[in-house]
Amino acid sequence: MSVFAFYLFAVCAIAGGLFTVISRQPVHSVLWLILAFISSAGLFVLLGAEFVAMLLVIVYVGAVAVLFLFVVMMLDVDFAELKAEMAKYMPLALLVGVIILMQFVMAFGAWESNAAAEGLRAQPTPTDLHNTEALGAILYDQYFILFQLSGLILLTAMIGAIVLTLRHRPDIKRQDILAQIYRDPADAMELKDVKPGQGL
Amino acid sequence: MADFFSNTYLGIALVLIGQVLLVVVPLLVALAFLMYADRKVWAAVQMRRGPNVVGVFGVLQSFADFLKYMVKEVVFPAGADRAVFLLAPMISLVMSLIAWAVIPFNDGWVVSNINVAILYIFAISSLEVYGVIMGGWASNSKYPFLGSLRSAAQMISYEVSIGLIIIGVIISTGSMNLTDIVHAQDGAYGLFSWYWLPHLPMLFLFFISALAETNRPPFDLPEAESELVAGYQVEYSSTPFLLFMIGELTAVVLMCALVTLMFFGGWLSPIPGLPDGILWMVLKMLFVFFMFAMVKAITPRYRYDQLMRLGWKVFLPFSLVWVVFVSFAAKFDWFWGSFARWSTGG
Repeated sequence: MSVFAFYLFAVCAIAGGLFTVISRQPVHSVLWLILAFISSAGLFVLLGAEFVAMLLVIVYVGAVAVLFLFVVMMLDVDFAELKAEMAKYMPLALLVGVIILMQFVMAFGAWESNAAAEGLRAQPTPTDLHNTEALGAILYDQYFILFQLSGLILLTAMIGAIVLTLRHRPDIKRQDILAQIYRDPADAMELKDVKPGQGL
Repeated sequence: MADFFSNTYLGIALVLIGQVLLVVVPLLVALAFLMYADRKVWAAVQMRRGPNVVGVFGVLQSFADFLKYMVKEVVFPAGADRAVFLLAPMISLVMSLIAWAVIPFNDGWVVSNINVAILYIFAISSLEVYGVIMGGWASNSKYPFLGSLRSAAQMISYEVSIGLIIIGVIISTGSMNLTDIVHAQDGAYGLFSWYWLPHLPMLFLFFISALAETNRPPFDLPEAESELVAGYQVEYSSTPFLLFMIGELTAVVLMCALVTLMFFGGWLSPIPGLPDGILWMVLKMLFVFFMFAMVKAITPRYRYDQLMRLGWKVFLPFSLVWVVFVSFAAKFDWFWGSFARWSTGG
């Protein structure tokens, strides 16, 4: 059963990735990308990493891809023209691709996994813990400082992005929420008691 | 026989299909009557009669609507992206239905009792936005497009505070399993042991965020009639429109179930001594649904900037502070351990 599920998710993930690249319509590309994300989440579930699978769906599909789709939908770019432009750089791109592929082959050809790692692969989580608890124990006990540091880096990046894009424009109309909230109901509306079936 | 159902692929598949039907069919039938109840409550508040022609007091109105939608013609707008146009309502419905796989209706009455159940629901409800965005984009028309852009921003904004509220409940329980969350609320004081009391501010925040997340009034900006005609649904007709409607209402009922499980103790009985059971679960869900319907009837629609301000500047900081507060309360056993059910043993 799980072999069947694995091939289903694997084929979907690869097809999603492939169509992301070759799709003509950018919005379709993003939708195929979402299929690839969800299929990889399925693969994580099959591996027993349910927490990572859910995070993948929440973060990538639920937030990142939505913003992606949001931007792509607003774009008004002639992609046929861009594609024609791209053909000029094809030889260079091919060269870079082949070099990276060779590097991968050289790096992973001589791959030899540690004996301890093999044991971990047979049983990724301790038997008495759930997947989520095991992850939490590692992140918050063993790698506590590193985890907090990466959070700080993300916070810095977020503040940086806000500072870069925030500009004050005095010439536009703004809503004064405070004044709206503190408006007195007494001088804004009049209450009438209407009997059923009568009207005003 | 038992061997057939637990050991062969066909048997397991049959059991699964049976379980799924057992959840989905009563759910869809209940939806028909909930839609009627929604309209009746709305009408009663506005001193109208509401649907009252089909069947006794109009109870069969939803079935008549269903038949009408089914026999109409599906209209495709010129220049629409047909595949995405048809995919959008299906995604909307499927996403709101598959979340029910992890909802426990009674102790052990759940299709899939997974450990990350509440994260799963959160993930699925964050996918529901795709039905709206895809529908709006594929229609190739101005109003649907504006509606889908609004809903994308709106649903993402309120997901953030929903996530933080859920984290508070998870900290109190020490588990993400929905059955465990309900068991953690089982105490000696009946309804005063449930999470609504220690997490009272979050109950209100969650309820309001759920309204925004499911595009219900007063946050129904993606389909604001006065501004966008009907938002992302403008170009939809016949069965695709019906799928959107059912998907939206299923998401609302799902939120009712979630509020019930997280804050009102699921199937636990409110008075100590009375037996627990699915009846309590249904009654509590109906109560929350009634609140949803009342809010629809008595509140005017929010302006878009008010909605965004409420989400980011009020709900997000407040729920973030609440998570910190709950963490301290759970760690140091404040309030007689009512924030840390794992330390007091249920």
